[in-house]
Formats: sequence, structure tokens, C-alpha cells
Amino acid sequence: MLELKNVSFSVDVNGKEKDIIKNIDLVIPDNKLIVITGPNGGGKSSLAKLIAGIYVPTSGKIYFNGVDITDMGITERAKLGIGFAFQQPVKFKGITVLDLLRIAAGKRLSITEACEYLSSVGLCARDYIDREINASLSGGELKRIEIATVIARKTSLSLFDEPEAGIDLWSFGNLIEVFRRMRKQITDGSIIIISHQERILSTADEIIVLKDGRLEMQGSKDEILPALIGTSSAITDCKMGAMKGGAEE
Amino acid sequence: MIQLDEIQKRLLSEVADLHTVPEGAYNIRSNSQSAGRRSTANIEIVSKTDVSGLEIHIRPGTKNESVHIPVVMTESGLKETVYNDFYIGDNADVVIIAGCGIDNCGNQDSQHDGIHRFFVGKGAKIKYVEKHYGSGSGKGKRILNPVTEVYQEENSSVIMEMVQIKGVDDTERTTKAVLDTGAKLVVRERLMTHGQQRAISLYNVELNGKGANADVVSRSVARDDSYQKFDAKIIGNAECTGHTECDSIIMDNGKILAVPGLEANCVDASLVHEAAIGKIAGEQLIKLMTLGLTEQEAEEQIINGFLR
Repeated sequence: MLELKNVSFSVDVNGKEKDIIKNIDLVIPDNKLIVITGPNGGGKSSLAKLIAGIYVPTSGKIYFNGVDITDMGITERAKLGIGFAFQQPVKFKGITVLDLLRIAAGKRLSITEACEYLSSVGLCARDYIDREINASLSGGELKRIEIATVIARKTSLSLFDEPEAGIDLWSFGNLIEVFRRMRKQITDGSIIIISHQERILSTADEIIVLKDGRLEMQGSKDEILPALIGTSSAITDCKMGAMKGGAEE
Repeated sequence: MIQLDEIQKRLLSEVADLHTVPEGAYNIRSNSQSAGRRSTANIEIVSKTDVSGLEIHIRPGTKNESVHIPVVMTESGLKETVYNDFYIGDNADVVIIAGCGIDNCGNQDSQHDGIHRFFVGKGAKIKYVEKHYGSGSGKGKRILNPVTEVYQEENSSVIMEMVQIKGVDDTERTTKAVLDTGAKLVVRERLMTHGQQRAISLYNVELNGKGANADVVSRSVARDDSYQKFDAKIIGNAECTGHTECDSIIMDNGKILAVPGLEANCVDASLVHEAAIGKIAGEQLIKLMTLGLTEQEAEEQIINGFLR
């Protein structure tokens, strides 16, 4: 279980303090798939980074399974079981897909084991295992590899920051399947997805709406989703295609 | 064959991946003496008579054979200059593995300057691998100043891998290549310097024939207070293509000077250079830390990949 108590986060913009997250109290229970949505600039990604330890809160406390993790670094939180999939996957020079999956799993995965993780995100594994994680891979491929690294970690809290960004519509369908499957396999933990895609929202147990750095709504999907349809917090597939100007892969 | 001690064996495995006597032709040089040599039907290795060094003759058409000529030095204060000439017959296809390992536990400098010349016949292909490695806790420096000259005839192809990752205090590497029509040269340099080390790498590649092609790429990491200079010049004298690239990571107080140089003397020469120097990207560290690595472990992974 993850708990945020009165968490605020501000940044310095040209000498002026700008509040990004404002006094958020939040409980993420176990065995749930939670989707955090809200308008752009509402603080969604910042909240995810605060949980992963990439950002440090200006005030407030964060507890993970009862342990105060507020002052813990990224590595310590990762070791406690927090996984984070970046919105913009990071590229490397010389590090291969297999290397990254092995680092993620924390052991020397066999080729077959590594391939299973890639297959689970819809990549034909043998074609990718020795590829370098660099710009020779498309945005959609990088994104799926990013998700595979989080799956390979088997973390109890997995955070996905806009997993659909940079993915074409066809891959998007597969992505939904990946999350559905992950949802079924949750045993002792939870999944948090940052997204304003209606189809991703519809996979949620609970939906949280962030607006202007504040918690606007939190509740079950059935309570929250109907009110969001048609707003920028729940974009449909058609709009997604139109926004991106078609497939990117 | 002279018996090698444990340190010499360790150096051999570092520079030539050799654990036992290699297959094919070889000459192992240990503390300025030949510790073993074998010629084969197609590859003849003979000592030079005027200066220290070897002549290696590879018959035309020799395929899938290899030559190992590693050098190990374990006596402190040893300084040597060695001249090795390779004559590669037309249409041969061979792998040549050189490399030098110095273990210096004494207080005097140890220095090996290897001057290698390659005369590559028409249509011949070679892959040349040269690794440098230094170890030992003495105050004496470990110094390597290799000179490589490559003369490529029509349609020949040379791939050179130059690796120096650890323990060499001072290096000045000079590589010169002259390419005739249709010849192709690929250089992949991997370099890491630590402490007060200094490494200089100079390339001068002349593309003299139609269709000649050179691709010189260096990836390097400068740590601590070390200094590197990469100075690569490609000269296009015909309808040719050339590319140089220096891609470097600096850490601590490391310093790197990249001097890419292109000279086109023919309107159909097409030459490109790229150079990038910077510290490890913060987002790469963060990504690996979210996978459970410490900052230091993440740095190691990034550098290992980069220098692969």
C-alpha cells in the first residue's frame, strides 16, 4: 500500500516558486489498477516521479507498505519494489535489450526468459534481443521495451507514465491487453498508470483525477469515468489518431 | 618455448584472449625475447636482421587463418622499439591479433613502441585487433607508443579494432593509411583513461582512388585527471567517401580534445566528421537506478555498454 500525506512539490522558475503538487493526501490500496488522469499540466507526471523518488517533495510524507520512504533515493525505492516506466524511454549507447532486461530482473536471465518478457509486450523477441536501445528503434518499440523492463522487475508497485504516448493505434490495442493481463496477475501490489486515454481508463479499478496540482476526484471507475467522457481527461481512440496524425511506427 | 610465469599468462589473456598456445601462426614476445613462434604453410614469420622485429608473409589466397603476435613485459625499466611488417598477399582473408600487456611493479618506466606496417594486396581482407593493457603497482610508468601504417591496394579491406581500457599511463598512437581504388578501411577505437593518464591518438588517412572508403570511429571515456586527444584527418584525393567520429564521455576532471580534420582535394570527395563530448546523461543514470542499480553501478553499466 502506498500513502501520500499532505505532499507538496514546487520548483523554481526564474527565481519564482511554482507549485506543481499541492497538499495531496492519497491512498493507493493493494490489488488494484489505478489510473491517474487530468488535464495536461495538472501534475500527473510529477506525482509519479515523486513516488519513484526522481523528485523530492517540498513537504509532506510518503509511506510504502508502512515504511517512510520520503527521504529515500531512487535506488532504495526501486529495491523496495517500486517500478517506473518512463514516458520518454531513455536511449543508450551499446546497452542491448537483453542487457536492460537482465539489469531489470536483477539476474542473468536466459535468452528464453528474456524473450518471454518481450513477447508479453507484443515484440517478436528474437529480432530484438541483441538490438541496442538507441534511436534505431521506433518510438513504439522503445516504449514496449520500457514496459517489458518494468514487468521483468516483478515489482509490487508498478508506475507507467503515459504508456500510450508515441504508440500507434495498432500497438495501442496490444498495450491494453498487456495491462489487462497484468491486472489479472496482480497478487500483492498495485499498478498505477498515468493516462488520459479512455480505453486505458476503462481498465481501471479506481480513477484519480488531478487538476492544477490538486486531487480533484478519486473513486471507482464506474463512479468517475462517466463524468470524464468527452473531456481532456478521457480522450477516445479517434481523437488520439487525429491528434497524432496517424501511425508512428 | 620459454615457460611463461603467471603474470605473463595473465597479460596474454588480457591482450589476446590467449590461455594456451594459439591455433595457427604466432609469435609471443616476452621481455624482448621470442617466447615461442610458429609459422604455417601459408603464413611465414621471420625475424628481421637489421632491427628488432618480425616480417610476416601471408601467401596470396590464404583464407580463414590467424596470426597472433602478442607482447608481454614484466621487467621494470625495459624500453624497446619493435618493427613488424606484414605482407598480405592478394585475396588473402586473415585475422591478425596483436596487443601489448605491461606489468610494471618497479620504479622505472617500461616502454614498448611497436611500429607495424601493413602492405595489403589487391582484394585482400584483414581484421587487425590490437589491445593494450597495463598493471602493476610500481611507480614506473607503463608507456606504449604504437605506430600503424597501412598501405591498401585496390579493393582491399581492413578492419582495425584498437582497444585500451586499463592501466596504460602514456600512449601516443599514430595511424597512417593510404587507400587505393575501391579500398575500404574501418577503424574502431575504444579508449578509457584514469588517474593522471594521457592518451593521444592521431590518424591520417589518404583516400587516393575512386570508391575508396574510410570510417574512423573512436569511443572514449576520460576519468579522474586524465587527458585525451583525438586528432583524425581524412584526405580525399579522388571520388571517395570518408567519415570520422569521436564520441566521448568525460568524468571527474577528465579532459578531452577532439580535432576532427577533413581535407577534400577532389570535387567528388564526400567527407563527414562528427564529434560529441559530454558527461553521462542524467536520465540514463536515473533509468538504471529505477531498475535497482546504485548510481555507481549505473555508471559502470553505461560505460561498459559505451565501450563495448
